[in-house]
Formats: sequence, structure tokens, C-alpha cells
Amino acid sequence: MRANLTLFQRLVPGARRAPTYDFPGGVHPAEHKSVSNQTPIAPGPRPAQLVLPLNMHLGAPARPIVTVGDRVLKGQMLAEPAGAVSAALHAPTSGTVVALGPRPIQHPSGMDALCIVLEPDGEDRWAERRPVADHTRLGPGKLIALLRDAGVAGLGGAGFPTSVKVNLGDHQRVEQLIINAVECEPYITADDRLMRERADEIVLGIQILQYLLNPHDTLIGIEDNKPDAIAALRAACADSDVEIRVVPTKYPSGGEKQLIQLLTGKEVPSGSIPAQCGVVCQNVGTAWAVKRAVHDGEPLLSRVTTVTGDAVARPGNYEVWLGTPVADLLRHAGVDKDRLGRLVMGGPMMGFTLHDPSVPVVKTSNCIIAASAEELPEPPPEQACIRCGACAEVCPANLLPQQLYWYAKTDDFERAQHHNLMDCIECGACAYVCPSHIPLVQYYRYAKGEIRTQTAEQIKADRARERFEARQARLEREQAEKEARRRARLEANRKKQEAATESGAGDEKLAALKKEVGQASSAYKAAVKAAKTAEAQEADNAAELRARADSLKAEADRAKAALRDAKATAPAPAAAPAESSALADLKKAVGEASSAYKAAVKAAKHAEAEETDDAAELRARADQLKAEADRLKAELRDAKAAQGPAAPPAAPAPSTQDSGTSPEKPADTPSVANTAVDEQAAGKRQKRLKGLKTAYNMAHKQYKEAHAAVERAERAGQDSDEALAAMHAKVEKLKAKADHCRDALDALVEQAKADILAHTGKDLKTLKLDAARAESALRDKADELERRRDTSDADTLETLNSELDALQEHAQLTRLALKTAVEEQGLVEE
Amino acid sequence: MSLINAPSPHTSRHTDTGAVMRQVVYATLPGLAALVWQFGLGSLLNVLWAVLVALVCEALFLRARGKPVAFYLKDWSAVVTAVLLGLALPPTAPWWLTLIGVGFAIVVAKQLYGGLGMNPFNPAMIGYVLLLISFPVAMTQWIAPGDAPAPADSLALFLGQAPADAFTGATPLDTFRTWAGDAEALAGRDILAGELAGPGWEAVNLAFLLGGLYLLARRIITWQIPVAFLAGLALPALIAHQVDAARFAGPLFHLFSGGAMLGAFFIATDPVSAATSRLGRFIYALLIGLLIWVIRTFGGYPDAVAFAVLLLNLSAPFIDYYTQPRAYGHRKANKGANP
Amino acid sequence: MTTVLIAIAALLGLAALFGAVLGYASEKFKVEGDPIVEQIDALLPQTQCGQCGHPGCRPYAEAIAEGEEHNRCPPGGETTVEALADLLGREVLPLDNEGAEDASVERVAYIREDECIGCTKCIQACPVDAIVGAAKQMHTVIADECTGCDLCVDPCPVDCIDMIERPVTLATWTWDRPAGIGRRPEQRIEVVNL
Repeated sequence: MRANLTLFQRLVPGARRAPTYDFPGGVHPAEHKSVSNQTPIAPGPRPAQLVLPLNMHLGAPARPIVTVGDRVLKGQMLAEPAGAVSAALHAPTSGTVVALGPRPIQHPSGMDALCIVLEPDGEDRWAERRPVADHTRLGPGKLIALLRDAGVAGLGGAGFPTSVKVNLGDHQRVEQLIINAVECEPYITADDRLMRERADEIVLGIQILQYLLNPHDTLIGIEDNKPDAIAALRAACADSDVEIRVVPTKYPSGGEKQLIQLLTGKEVPSGSIPAQCGVVCQNVGTAWAVKRAVHDGEPLLSRVTTVTGDAVARPGNYEVWLGTPVADLLRHAGVDKDRLGRLVMGGPMMGFTLHDPSVPVVKTSNCIIAASAEELPEPPPEQACIRCGACAEVCPANLLPQQLYWYAKTDDFERAQHHNLMDCIECGACAYVCPSHIPLVQYYRYAKGEIRTQTAEQIKADRARERFEARQARLEREQAEKEARRRARLEANRKKQEAATESGAGDEKLAALKKEVGQASSAYKAAVKAAKTAEAQEADNAAELRARADSLKAEADRAKAALRDAKATAPAPAAAPAESSALADLKKAVGEASSAYKAAVKAAKHAEAEETDDAAELRARADQLKAEADRLKAELRDAKAAQGPAAPPAAPAPSTQDSGTSPEKPADTPSVANTAVDEQAAGKRQKRLKGLKTAYNMAHKQYKEAHAAVERAERAGQDSDEALAAMHAKVEKLKAKADHCRDALDALVEQAKADILAHTGKDLKTLKLDAARAESALRDKADELERRRDTSDADTLETLNSELDALQEHAQLTRLALKTAVEEQGLVEE
Repeated sequence: MSLINAPSPHTSRHTDTGAVMRQVVYATLPGLAALVWQFGLGSLLNVLWAVLVALVCEALFLRARGKPVAFYLKDWSAVVTAVLLGLALPPTAPWWLTLIGVGFAIVVAKQLYGGLGMNPFNPAMIGYVLLLISFPVAMTQWIAPGDAPAPADSLALFLGQAPADAFTGATPLDTFRTWAGDAEALAGRDILAGELAGPGWEAVNLAFLLGGLYLLARRIITWQIPVAFLAGLALPALIAHQVDAARFAGPLFHLFSGGAMLGAFFIATDPVSAATSRLGRFIYALLIGLLIWVIRTFGGYPDAVAFAVLLLNLSAPFIDYYTQPRAYGHRKANKGANP
Repeated sequence: MTTVLIAIAALLGLAALFGAVLGYASEKFKVEGDPIVEQIDALLPQTQCGQCGHPGCRPYAEAIAEGEEHNRCPPGGETTVEALADLLGREVLPLDNEGAEDASVERVAYIREDECIGCTKCIQACPVDAIVGAAKQMHTVIADECTGCDLCVDPCPVDCIDMIERPVTLATWTWDRPAGIGRRPEQRIEVVNL
């Protein structure tokens, strides 16, 4: 297209005018610009409080560097840019920081965000300013840093930090710098007035941008409905290389992509930024802010905002401090509260309705429309789409709005994306012309939001999968490592024994015997364990298992005896180890016997408490075991004495050390076997508990919300007393409801806990603590074992091992007890 | 004090689907007047009756579907369907014929598909084709141009109390079909006695053209469909007429006979059942025109607007599939509806 | 008789020929699809919550591929059931979520830190390692990584873990779906502070 035009220009003399292009679609809404562009820019109000949101711009919110109570001067930085895409925030006037907290901000959701609240002191005292007379001497790097610290962001609408936009890599060449002076939305005249009154400053700002970007051409795009502004710019640009391009009035020619197409014929590829096709777009107001920041040393403290609409008495443009609440601005312009029907921040095509007039004016607020209900009437109800295609006729992005509408309506987001939903600029031209009054833009925003949410969820799911798989891999690796260590240990033990046998000229028979003993005793242990589990679960084969365990025990004893014999007959050098091993055996026996005794005592006690028949029997058995343990202890003492000082320092016998956490045997676990609980009742209670919990959560949530609402209302202080009282009453009611639910829930839980106490002799907390303690004791022991594995000798290890086993069993039991107790009482959800 | 909380845009062009439909109805008035002038009161009676039937059927079915009746009746789409079908029916049509046609159009072709905006076929044409197939004799009896029956006779015809064949004669399209190839016979039947085409019909078609131009001027319809429709009809006629004038009628004859203008400006432009993109609409209407010429020339029916429109309604999604515009910032246009 | 034989022979010959061609084509143009387990796994929400009775999403994906019912994923909700039915060409079954909480609300685990005794049980239970802490030290949940599976709630011996709803933030807020045909898109807002 461009090539054709240049050819045309070459052939036809006098046709050397700027090439003009067009973009598809567009609409011509009523302009309403004369409402506000008749008077010069007037100073804005001096509000009692300035509310400065930390995210006035696009990107990461700024990081506050002041605290409540700080006195600040005009132009002093209040928050610094946080991250690459961010802008600083300054005090628009001198005063005191009175709060740092959530306030309603400029967002269509009407949600709150973190703001710095500044109370002006009325003195308007400046902090030190550092004007730079000649920006070329500063160099681009420092200039960009200056813009970043001055908080300059796009004043056109999106608020993209200017320092980021002008900071292009060396490889990126800028062919066109486009200054957007189009201001295509109806009603808005802020840029119009700015250009009429401050054209010189704007051109200086443009020159700074030119210096930073070094473009081939600099074009100012301006609509032909602003003749005065065009004349002012022409005069200011007379001796510069800035070219003014007047474009026909059509909405949305001020859209960045549309303006680029209008002036250069280029299209910004989908999903990329203008810089990628050699174009940088800046708003005319931004150029002004750049000039102020550099030449006057003034950070971005105020902006020109149009206040317009039927409901204000003095429509016009005001130079407003950032952070000024819209309510103050409206009062300043003489708002008629009774005529006000709709309050819009931004233009009528793309602006959003304000939920709360205490929202502040920020860097991007170019217009406040206080419209009467007749001026911007209520939208009529949505009608059926008749596929008239009017929307496709006006779409500047050449999309098929109607298809997008059907897809958004049926949640067919995949197809919507395929039809380039994401290229929609939400200009509103389609909804403007729709004869069926379909809120098309809202459908697209809804679909876009859903797509973003889904994408985020997908990313999260992928990360969860990765983490899960990584965890599985880690667990497997740990398992493998443990296995490897165990093998290595066995191997080492075997070698050691072999070495001992060889050096002591002992025969292999001893080693074989030892091995046999080890095997037999571990087989026995396993069998005992199996039997215990079976008993706990009241399996049928418990008796059989028990019998098997007994026979194994016998075998183990036999093996032990054989080993002792062999040791006794072994040659002298081997005697010492044999001696010590016998000692270890003894120790172990003592440990076992003593724990068996303790368990038996406990069981007996329990049985007595329950007044079961076999209490006496159990008691007798306990006595017997006690005797056995005593005997073994005595034996051990003897053996130690016989061995004398040469004996290795034995670890304290388990029986003494572990008395506190001595294992309980399953047969007499408190809660498992003896308590018979009505399962039906438990189930019922479980259901009821769950229901109550949900009810409580709901009530509590409602209460909290209501409470927050009341607080907000009180802070706002504009509600009537009755309304506040009504809200309070509501809050009280909700609180009562929540309390009631909580009480009922507590009562039920208490009841369940009491039942547990009745059944197990322990309350829930104790059970839980028991379980937790057992668990951590177990872990400690395991750690100790691990630590000492390589440094300690065999029988310390064995002692530790046996302790560990005991602990493990104990932990299992406590866990089981807790679980059973909890389940029985339907407290699983707790 | 409460304010309106609405999404952007906060202003609109203040058009309304009902208003659009009303404009369409107004634009048919010249055509209706011409029909009454040439063929008597029958068309007017049929149109009024059709509107009444359509509104009652629509209301009953909206009620049955649990939709707000008044809200949907306000869109005037049932009225448009009824008016178009009433205009397309022969002026001799008795009341029951209209009742069946309109009832079927509203209930089956529109409401059973989900109401306005959901119907794949033009409801008026579905009703017309149903009648044409079910009652071929009644549907092809037209009054000879200039022989307009007296108002009393028209009423009698409408009430089914007078035999239609007492008033009917061959239309120019019928005559041409019968005598095509015989130049002398055609000349003797003065079917080209009018300025542009056969007498009577040229007036009716001119009147519909007038209404259509009004719709274009009001931007209710875009130029693509009528222009492509008429081009698709006239171009093959022109070529064939050059080849053998006795066998093939000329382009003017085709453009100003039968339902050509009604079809081009009022029926093919029904947005619900047409293709949606600009290029798609052009292709859509071009094919309708071509199909009308083919059926008129080689087919079994003297006129073919209804069949051609329905066939292309069927292909509209297919046309849309291949004619999506290239979106801003994309190098190629999308093809197809699926990712 | 011969005609019949000729016909049979011709048909057999053709059958053999086409069979050979088809066989060759199916080998030559074989579609290398994703293994079905991968595709199923991609549709599951990856909360790893185990509510389907499998230890994690992937094992469930494998089970579905082997014929298990595809409606046992409460966090995925009806949409996942539909997507799976679509992928597998099976019927859309009603979601089997007896007693499960409403899946549409996203939740995150929260440890009341002053009550935590540092037992590390929740850390062991977390399928995605989203809880940090050490023995006898306070634990905390990495909220961004938490899938809301609530597997950590039961093991906690002192009940200090709550599942709380994820609050809507400015970053996660989205526009509502418009009300639909016959409705006005607006609501009224009470204006205070003016």
C-alpha cells in the first residue's frame, strides 16, 4: 500500500502529502466535547485527604517507603518502584501520612487495595527539586532512571510505566514515535485543553522522548475535531521535525493499534507490542509529564482530568492532585446529587462505573462523567441476537463479534480463542451499535477472564504434577538409599565377623551359628508381630500364628543355646567378643522381660479397671514375668561383674531408660479390644458434626462479611444512622447465629470427647499428644541409631535396635488407639 | 440515592431490534400497494390475516416455552415473517392456506428451533415451500395482471367462497416457461408488453425495489446481498439471452418478474439465516441469484426464490466457514470454526 | 458354474488386494498419538488429593485407562467428567462425590502456627511438598503450591490445619457473566460518600 502511494506521489506532481490509511470499522458516537472544552484548565480541589493507591499504574504495585505519622514534603517519594515494570509514587502536597491500608480504588470490581493516605497540611511546601536544563547531557541511562523515579506512567489510559516503554534494547530500532493526541472518546477533552494551553511544554517533552528513542519519524496523531489544539501544536512544532497528522474523527482511532494503523499502515502482530514493528506510542499528556519531570524536576503529582456530564454545574478540565477523591472533585465542580444517574471514570465507551465516589483520581483518570439518568440512560434489556452483523461492520480489529458472543455465551472458550477473542481491544463499538442491546463487551471480558483463570489453573496443575512426581521420585530414592545402607551394613558386619573368626582361629561354625541365631530370632519377632496384628484385628488365624511364633521361639532358643555352647568351647582369643555378645544377649533378654512385665502390669490394671474375669490371671502372669525379669537382671549384673572393666561401655539397659515410654502390648491396648461402641450413633454424630461445621462456617463467614461492611460504612461515614443501626443489628444477628452454631458444635465435640474418655480412659488431647510424642520419640531414636551406626559397636546398636522396635510398636499402638477413638466418636472430620 | 452500575459502553446508538424490524415492515408498504393495485385486495387481506396468526402463534408458543411473551413480541420479528409470507402468497389464497403457512413458519421453523436468532432457515420461506409442495394448485394460481378482482370478489376468494380459477391467469414467468423457444408464440402472448418486463409484475417489482432502496438508505441492510442477488440472477440471463433470445429471457425480464426484488431486498437479507461475513454474504446472495435463474430456466417451477433461499440457508454455515475476515495483527484469515 | 467361480475368484482377489493396500496404509500412516494415560492425566486437576481412591492423579489416570469409572474426581467436578467422557467416548456419568466438599470453591490449607507442635505429619502427607518445616519447628503452607486436597488435615494430631477459601484478589477477579436475554445488564449501586 505504501509502495503504491509513493509511486503515485512520484507520478503525480503536487501529490506529496502524507499517506493516509484507514482502519476497518469504527463508529461515530455523539461527541459531547463542547460541554467541557470551553473553559481553560482550572486548579482542582484541595481535599482534606489524599488517597494514593500503590498501583496507580500497570505492573507491580509500588513499595511504600514511609510509615504512618511521617511528615512529607510535596514531591517527596512515598513509594518506590518494586520490580522492573513499576513506577514510583510521590506526595502531591506536603502533609502527614495518616494511614496505610486498604481503600476503594479505581477498578471495575469495586474492590479495595493498599493505599497511602496523606493529610495535607495546607502549606504545599516543596521538597528539593533537581531540574535538568539540558537532558542530552544526562545521557539516556540516567534519564530513564529519572523518569522511573519521577513516577511517570502513561496518562492515556493503561498507565504503562514510561521508563519501561522508552527503554528499548539496542537491537530495537524505532522507525516512528507516535504521539497520541487523538482523544477519540466522547466527552473527554483533557488532552485537547492541555494541547491548547501547554503545547510548548508538550513539544519539549516530545523532544526528550525523541532523544531517548531516536526515531526516524515523529508523528502526532490528532482528530480533526480539535482545530484549536491543532493550531497550537502547529505553532509549537514550527521549527522541529515533528509532523502533525490530522485524522478524521472516528472512534476508536485513539486506540494504540488503530492509530498505528492509521498513521503508518502497519499492524502490530497479534500478541506482541508496537515496539516489535518499530513503533512507540506515547500519549500527549505523558509527553507533558516527561517534560515536567526532566526540565522542572517535578515528579508526576497531578494530572488534567475532565469533569463533565449533565449533573455538574461547572464542567471543565481541572488540574487535580493525584489521590484526590472523586467526591471532592465532583463537589468542586458543583455536582447536583439529585440529577446524578451514573458515575463513570474514563470515557463513555471504555470507562467503568464507580462503585464509590471516594475512589481517588489516579495517573490514568482522564475523565469523570457525572451523567444524569437521561443523558446516559439505563441500558434496555438484552434481546436475542439476530445476527444482523452490525457489530462485525464496526469492529476495528476485524473480528466476528457475533461469533465471539455465541461462543462466550455457551462457554466454548476454545472456539472463542480460535476466533481471536484475545485480539479484542474492548473498545465497545460492537455493543454501541447492537440493536439487541447485548452487552457484548462484558461477554468478551467474561470469556477472557475465564480463559485466564483456566490457563492459570492449567499452569498450577502442571506444577502440582511436577511437584508430585518429584516427590514420588524422592521417596523412591530415599527408599533405595536406605536399602543400600542396610545392605552395606550387613556386608560390613559379615566381613567383621569373618575377620574375627579368621584372626581368632575360630571356626566358621561360630559365625554360622550366630547367623542362625539372628535369623531365628528375627523370624520369631516377625511371627510375634504378625500374631499381634492378627489378634488386634481379631483375625481367625491369630491362634495359629501365635503357635507358630512359639515354635519359632523355641528354635531361636535352641540356636542361642548352640551358640553359647560354641562360644564356650571357642578358643581364648575369641572369648572376649563372645563374652560381650553373651552380655548383649543378656541385656536384651532383660529388656524384653522387663517390657513384657510392664505390659502385663498394664494389661492387668486395665483388666481390673474393667473388672474382667481374667484380671487375676493377668496379674499372676505379670508377677511371674517380674520374677523372670528380676532373675535376668541379676544374671546380667553377675555377668558384668565377671567380665570386669574390660567390658565395653554398655548402653543403659532399655528397661531403665525406656520406662516412660515402655511399649504396651496389643492384647491389652486400652481402647481397641475392650470398647464396643455403637457405630450407628457414631455415624449419626459424624453427619451432624459435619452439618454443624458447615453451618458454623457459613454463619461465621456471613458475620465477618457483614462486620467488614459495617466498618466500611462507618469509615465512609455517609450512611444514615438508621442504616448503620440496621447493619449493626444484622451483624449482631449473624454473630448470634454463628455463636449458636459454634456452641452446638462445641457441645457435640465435647460429648464425643467425653465418650472417648469414657471408653479409653484418656481424653482426646492426651491421646493425640501420646501419639505425637511416641512418634517423635521414635524419630529421635531412629536418628540416634543412624548417627551411631558407624561409631558404635555391635551390641550398642543391637540395644538401640531393640529400643527402636519397641518404640515403633508403641507408636503404632498409640496411633491405632487415637484413630479408633476418633473414628468411634465420629470425630473424623475434626 | 442509587446509581446505575452497568458495563461499558455506557452509551449506545439507540437502535432497537424492534425498530429495525418495523422499518422492514414499512419498506414493504410500496410493494404491498402495488400488489393491491395490480391484483386486488387479496394480498392485503392475506398480510393482515398472516400478522394476526403469527402474533397469536408466537404468543402461544412463547408462553408454552415459559418465555416472557410481551418482551419477545416487541421485537416484531413475527410480524416481519408474517408480512413477507403474506406478500409471497398468491392474492387468491384462501384464509386456511395462510393459516397453515404462517403457523408452520412460526411454530416449526422458528420457535421449535429456539426462537428468534436460532432458526437456520428463513421461516417465511419454510412456510411458503410447505404450502407450495402441499397445495401446488392453490399456490400457483395467480391473477392475470390488470384483471384485479373487485374487493367483494377478493373477500370471497379469501373466505374460500369463490373458486379461484374464475379469476386466475398465467403469469409472465408461466407463459415464458410454456412457450420458451417459440419466438412467435412468445411475441403473440405479449408477455413483454411492459416497459421492463411483463405488465403488472414490473410495477410490483419496482415498488419492492423502492422499499429495498429505503432499507439500504436507512442502513438496515447492507449492499452486498441485494447487489449480489440481482447480479447472480441477471448475469447468466444476459449471457444466455445473447446466445438464444427465444429460449432464454433477458435480464430485465428476470429482474422484474416474480419475486426477484422481494427476494433480493427482503428475503435473502434476513440476517438470521444468511451468511455473516461481508464476503460470505456476497457469495451467499450471488449463489441464490444464480440458483433462481437455473430453476426458472431449467427447473419444474416457474419461480424459485423460496427454494434458492432455503438451499443457501443450508450452506450459510459452510460459506461462513471459509470467508472469515483476517483479524487485525494476523497474517492469515482463520478457516473453519474449530481450533 | 464357471461364472460363479470367476466371480468368487475376482472378489477374493479384490479383497486380498484392498486388504494389502489397507494394511500397508495403516502401517505407513500410523498416527503416533499421545498414550491415553497422558491424555487422561492432562485432564485431571492434579490436586493429588486421593479422593478417587488412588494415590495421586496419575495412578487414577492409569486406572481409568484400564477401565475404571471416570467420575471419581470431585475436585475436577462435572467439567472433568465431561471432558473425560468426551476423550474416552464413554457416557457422562454423574459425579461420584459422596460427602466431598463443593469443588467450585478453591481452598488452601492454613496452619494455625501457634498451635503447631512440629510433628511433621502434614509434611509427610502433602502430595506436592507444599508444606515446609522441620521436626519440632513450626510448619507453614506454601499457599501458591497448595492444591487444596486437604490430605494434611487428618494427620494433624492437634488439629491446627484449616482449609480456607482462597480470597478473590485484584489479580484473580474476573467479570461476571452477563445476565442473559431479557435482563438488564445493570444493577443499582447505593452511593455513599458524596
